[in-house]
Amino acid sequence: MKVSTRFLEIIGAWMLAIIWVLPLLYALWTAFHPGEYATRFSLTAPLTLENFHNAWAAAPFARYFLNTTILVTLILVAQFIICTPAAFAFARMEFAGRNVVFAIMLMQLMIMPDVLLVGNYRSMAKLGLVDTILAIALPYLGSAFGIFLLRQTFLTVPQQLDDAARLEGCTLLGRLWRVYVPLARPTYIAYGLVSVSYHWNNFLWPLVITNSVDTRPLTVGLSVFASTDQGIDWSIITAATLMTSAPLLVAFLLFQRQFVQSFMRAGIR
Amino acid sequence: MRRESLQAWLLLLPALVLLVAFTHWPAATTIIDSFYTTPKGSRPPRFVGIENYADLMSDPVFWTALTNNAIYAVWTIPVSVILALVMALAVNTAMPGRALVRMAYFTPTMLPMIAVANIWLFFYTPDYGLFDHILSWFGGGRHNWLGDRATALPAMIAVAVWKEAGFFMIFYLAALQAMPPDLKECAALEGSSRWNFFRRVTIPLLMPTTLFVLVNAVINAFRLVDHVVVMTRGGPDNATTLLLYYIYEAGFRFWDQALAATLTVVLLGLLGLLAWLQFGVLGKRVHYR
Repeated sequence: MKVSTRFLEIIGAWMLAIIWVLPLLYALWTAFHPGEYATRFSLTAPLTLENFHNAWAAAPFARYFLNTTILVTLILVAQFIICTPAAFAFARMEFAGRNVVFAIMLMQLMIMPDVLLVGNYRSMAKLGLVDTILAIALPYLGSAFGIFLLRQTFLTVPQQLDDAARLEGCTLLGRLWRVYVPLARPTYIAYGLVSVSYHWNNFLWPLVITNSVDTRPLTVGLSVFASTDQGIDWSIITAATLMTSAPLLVAFLLFQRQFVQSFMRAGIR
Repeated sequence: MRRESLQAWLLLLPALVLLVAFTHWPAATTIIDSFYTTPKGSRPPRFVGIENYADLMSDPVFWTALTNNAIYAVWTIPVSVILALVMALAVNTAMPGRALVRMAYFTPTMLPMIAVANIWLFFYTPDYGLFDHILSWFGGGRHNWLGDRATALPAMIAVAVWKEAGFFMIFYLAALQAMPPDLKECAALEGSSRWNFFRRVTIPLLMPTTLFVLVNAVINAFRLVDHVVVMTRGGPDNATTLLLYYIYEAGFRFWDQALAATLTVVLLGLLGLLAWLQFGVLGKRVHYR
């Protein structure tokens, strides 16, 4: 009795897993086979890279890859540089109005820039930044999530280490750089992975603020490609879809443990 | 003391400026804009009081979007959260192929919503698509999943659940692994059934995680409309128009600033209300360790 219910549970878990990967396997099938096999399954169907080749040639994907890489790097580096000192101030310094400012900052966790398309578009228009990569990045640079996450980590750094560095004559920025940042390394990795995957996949704001090949990230480029040029050649669209998601997906499969642990670390507050 | 205060403010300054400039400032200007008309050509915006809100109340598309979003949230949130818990419980026990199963659950999370939408668009295609294909084995006929008012929104819900459940699973899994194993031994000694243990011990201990996951699920139900943009553009006949999608349409396809601003204020109000409900009401009933 006990063994058989356990058996059923395992079967159930596997069934759910199969249902969950089925869409992806199906996409892989379509992308790696000629168009006429898109909906026909046959063991003898020839494998091909033609679809990827055609997709790559049909739209400036190389440029889109470059744009996304620039965007993601810009956001990541700027977030680290901007959020670290702020997190330190909230964690280890006394100043008037700390709690109020902290509360004001935390409001961003609920009201995210994604919702404020209209207001942010107007600001970018006033700044003359419409259709630039900088404009895609700007709303996300002061990240309440990043500040909060780093603050929580900095709070766990033993005060004695800080005091010792101070006695050695370390300046404020020196202590931050030599004591706090190295000890928070796992948090930086976690936050970095979350940030990169969020912005690699982000769509609506980049769609609104960009309108040329030179600035469009992959997600927007893919949607333009899939909606206009291709009619309904599913094999090519699916190939393009997999191509744009591939770097992140491959990175995930290679560093699975790191990814999963990072998401967990970023989530536990 | 003075000096430390000054230093702290200097450290905060860059983050605070950016945060206020691109979150609080646009929120404030949007609220102001919602009391003005849309500027047209050389005509500057004119103050109209609450007229935009009155217009919104009599806008049938707004009510459709609100209803759709409510249905969308009421389905995606519980289904993805419960599935996430089931997945976490499944991969938290020893079983053959555990790593593979966990990977299967989590992988959709790594894909951009745009990619997910493209893949699923194909499944929903009449005749060719996976769904019609499977149905045809059972003698089913062709069905235009995204073109039919009755199935378009459920189709969106399915996509969202598929993408999100694995993400939430991670947090449940972390919480389950942090649970002390002696609890289970204790319960076994006392002869407590598995179901009882789950209901009396596991669920209460998971409450903080559930709150965290719920907050994220709620935000996503109102923030993520990428799949609507790609798959249906809000159609057919507004059957899949969600609030943020309507904001996008009003702001960047109709260029109706007044409507877009008013809608944004409503959405912000809704998010604020939900935050208050979750932290104020639900948060008090959660027991943190």
